[in-house]
Amino acid sequence: MSLFSLSAKCTCRAVSMKSHRPSFNLLTNDGYSVTKVENLHRRNRCLQSHITRVTRLLSSEPHHSKVPKVATWELIPEDQLPPPAHLPADLVDQLERLALVDFPTKQGLACLEKAIRFADQLHVVDTSGVEPMDSVLEDRALQLRHDAVIEGGCAEELLQLSKNTVEEYFVAPPGNIPLPRREERATMMKHSEL
Amino acid sequence: GPGLSLSLSLSLSLSLSLSLSLSLSLSLSDPQQLVGVVGLEVHAQINSNTKLFSGSSVRFSAPPNSLVSPFDASLPGTLPVLNKRCVEAAVMTALALNCTINKKSLFDRKHYFYADLPAGYQITQQRRPIAVDGTLTYSILGGKKRSQVIRRTSTIKQIQLEQDSGKSLHDDLRSQTLIDLNRAGVGLMELVMEPDMSCGEEAAAAVRELQLILQALGTCQANMSEGQLRVDANVSVHKPGEPLGVRTEVKNINSVRFLSRAIDYEIQRHIQVLQRGGTVQNETRAFDSKSGETIPMRDKEGLQDYRFMPEPNLPPLIVYEDNASLPTGIDACQAVVVQEIRAGLPELPSIKRDRLVQTYGILPEHSFTLVNEDGLVEYFEAVLKATTKEPRKVIGWVTNELVGHLKQRDMSVSQSPISPSALAELLERQESGHISSSVAKQVFQEMWRSPGKTASQIIQEQDLGLVSDATQLHSICQKVVDSHPVEVHAIRNGNKKVLNKLMGLVQKETKGRADPVLVRAILQEKTS
Repeated sequence: MSLFSLSAKCTCRAVSMKSHRPSFNLLTNDGYSVTKVENLHRRNRCLQSHITRVTRLLSSEPHHSKVPKVATWELIPEDQLPPPAHLPADLVDQLERLALVDFPTKQGLACLEKAIRFADQLHVVDTSGVEPMDSVLEDRALQLRHDAVIEGGCAEELLQLSKNTVEEYFVAPPGNIPLPRREERATMMKHSEL
Repeated sequence: GPGLSLSLSLSLSLSLSLSLSLSLSLSLSDPQQLVGVVGLEVHAQINSNTKLFSGSSVRFSAPPNSLVSPFDASLPGTLPVLNKRCVEAAVMTALALNCTINKKSLFDRKHYFYADLPAGYQITQQRRPIAVDGTLTYSILGGKKRSQVIRRTSTIKQIQLEQDSGKSLHDDLRSQTLIDLNRAGVGLMELVMEPDMSCGEEAAAAVRELQLILQALGTCQANMSEGQLRVDANVSVHKPGEPLGVRTEVKNINSVRFLSRAIDYEIQRHIQVLQRGGTVQNETRAFDSKSGETIPMRDKEGLQDYRFMPEPNLPPLIVYEDNASLPTGIDACQAVVVQEIRAGLPELPSIKRDRLVQTYGILPEHSFTLVNEDGLVEYFEAVLKATTKEPRKVIGWVTNELVGHLKQRDMSVSQSPISPSALAELLERQESGHISSSVAKQVFQEMWRSPGKTASQIIQEQDLGLVSDATQLHSICQKVVDSHPVEVHAIRNGNKKVLNKLMGLVQKETKGRADPVLVRAILQEKTS
């Protein structure tokens, strides 16, 4: 694919904005099928209304984009944000235990603090009287399944996924191995680096 | 100087003895006032063909990992799909326990790491469960003879749907754990109860009643030994009126009997710790049935933070009150309708008990035993069909003799060597006066020992028939009267109770086969 810009001239690749508008039909289970049909129509038509200058990398379909040409977001001033969260070492340790994620270096911790700061911007939004959203699916109907056996019986396949098995059982260490304490881990890290 | 140190040591010893005596008197008065507080957490495995969020089979024993779908093994690219039968079971159970059904309930993830939880989280309903605020009414036997039926009610905080975890088999020899995921993903109803019980007996009675209800509904087979019903007890002690004490959680209880013992042990343990002046640790303990004690569980490290979050792959669960409130265009097989489930509720144990008391005029404690034993109501009703005897006279045979013999040998009603018709025949012989009641009990024992032999056969073989021959009885009575002049004298002087002694002697002569009514009449005549 090459870089190119559109002119007002109609080429066989030119496309009308109307037919290309991606519409997600919420009544169908699978949204993708709708756009596939749209793609087909796109290739057949050769209308050329509302073509604008768009420069795009790696794309053969120019269209009127909703992305503004210049940045429109503003930096939120510090005074509108709550005080920056300070993460004591004990809290970091607890988080590492709960999520089994490692923050061994100062950079890791700095990254976490920046991420929290970024999320702090949400406090600026006025959410009074608005129910919190759980997921984008929450307005959909929950599918109920009929109580009939349709899967299972694939022990062999599943066991092949594990390095260590004993007579059709998966093998795990005896109970949870406690995560070594912060000081011990620091020493361990030092030794591993040497 | 020495004067100072003397006064110091004096004051020290004084304060010491003071505080000692204070604490002594405090601890001496404490144990009388400390009472136990018990709250149960019950996990009931839903009786369904497939698991809560996947279409793999639910079965008690099967080759390891043979009932596991890719979703159960938490393989990437799999998603949960809710089993309709599990929702219906939860609604049915909630209705039977007088709960309020939440028309809209939500699913959450509860995160913790353990090898038998492949996803690293369990899908549960923490924020908004399917049902709240129910009651469980149960009865304990109290009063002087423990035959008085006392009703108690325990509050159910909530009922929620959640996934079961897999099974871990600990191989200490090779220092490893073997994981079987057959149980991973099976649907559970968690019943959280308020801490409104005070001892093991109450908890055991409550769980027994819950078992009967679940079995009657068919939503759970409630067999504790097979793990279909798991009960954890939260135990603490306090003085009535004061705030609740530190609680411990007791797990690994495999029967109703052990539940009672574990709770009573734990209450005593708390009291003893406090008596010693110590503090109770907030911890999880396992019940060891062999020793009857609870021991701390190693794997629980402090207070867990489960980092609850909404389950993003499941929209809210909506159940509808009635067909009228269904949204237009909805597929019938996609709707759970509370009214329909309510209409399909079977007769609950408490209603059954009341009905038996009403219909047959038996006592509440008898109907208690009838409903408590699997198949006993059917047995009782079968006996009634085959005999002319009154239900009130039959019930004792069923709840005392039959159940007594069954319990001794740890047998179930279906295994009884005496059939309802055989028992009915025995009762007919007694009713018609052929045998006395004490002989009837003998015959019952004999029938138990030789199944297949009828009552009539045994009565004939052992010549146990009632002796009603007046002449024979007269001569025996005369013999007794003649040989006991002192007693006869006492009776003639007004002490009528001594007659019973003479009756006993006559019965001894006749090996218990004398018609008691006749004997009494004859003796009374002879001693008047």
